[in-house]
Amino acid sequence: MYSIDLTGKNGVIIGVANDRSIAWGIASILAQAGARLALTYQNDRVKDRVTNLADTLDGAMTMPCDATDDSQVEEVFHQVGENFGEISFLVHSIAFANREDLSGRFSDTSREGFRIALEVSAYTLLPLVRHAAALMPGGGSVVTMTFNASQRVYPGYNIMGTAKAALEHEVRQLAAEHGGQNIRVNAISAGPLDTLSARGIGGFQDMKRQHSATAPLGRNISMDEVAKTALFLCSDLSSGITGSIIPVDAGYHIMAV
Amino acid sequence: MATVYDRVKNIVIDKLGVDESEVGEDSSFVDNLNADSLDLVELIMAFEEEFSTDEKQVEISDDEAGNIGTIKDAVDYLKGHGITDD
Repeated sequence: MYSIDLTGKNGVIIGVANDRSIAWGIASILAQAGARLALTYQNDRVKDRVTNLADTLDGAMTMPCDATDDSQVEEVFHQVGENFGEISFLVHSIAFANREDLSGRFSDTSREGFRIALEVSAYTLLPLVRHAAALMPGGGSVVTMTFNASQRVYPGYNIMGTAKAALEHEVRQLAAEHGGQNIRVNAISAGPLDTLSARGIGGFQDMKRQHSATAPLGRNISMDEVAKTALFLCSDLSSGITGSIIPVDAGYHIMAV
Repeated sequence: MATVYDRVKNIVIDKLGVDESEVGEDSSFVDNLNADSLDLVELIMAFEEEFSTDEKQVEISDDEAGNIGTIKDAVDYLKGHGITDD
């Protein structure tokens, strides 16, 4: 338990699929801090799981949201507006690439593989922020999840590196655009974490081993370390921070070898 | 006293949401228990978590995971890596 009090604050979390999701780690800590949450689930496949997780949180609501479906996104924020009135944070923690695009040669990425990775992983932040900002008359905080492969080459990460590079520049552009409304937009660049999606990346375990061996702290990071950074970003403690990519990676990003 | 088989079986029942009566030693995760690719990843991670201790981490590589298609495969793999019945 950290002494950040979000009692009376509401927020939307996009991207809980199961109890290993980064979005779930973040949702748990925000709920512990007193925030009331709306969690969305992508489809019926994960509906029961997300609903069961949400039931463990006080007053959380759940709704379907395929973030690539404009009408579903609109409906989510309509319902959130009806139930919560205002919100003060949005957490965007979704990404997707076809499995065949997460191994092999990057230059073999198909046009459709490129499109879907960029749409789900990067484009979706825009409409979500647009709708969320309309419910943030008193300002707010947007947090998205990125990875160091936006800046450097991680074999196997392929198209997701391109998508994360796009996402990170969106963070800067959205931060500039929304600063006047006191809406802050930041990204957490997390080191490798054992999520189901991460295990789908070719060579992920080798990546983790190398990360812990190279990082100044000599280890990998935990879900809790990412979650508490999100808590900080969603709270007033970070009131002077916007447009930033904040590494939570045990310092890995500063090392050359 | 839980055997490796019982512990594996319980994980499969829990993660795949299947009934105990559907699950036997030769049950194929995909063919008999309708697991999809994400379910398979989840099973592998759950096996790692269940059978890792402070002294010894169980880490199943992608290649090894590809060869674990049934409960028996999982039990054989774990026993081959020093996990014993309690």
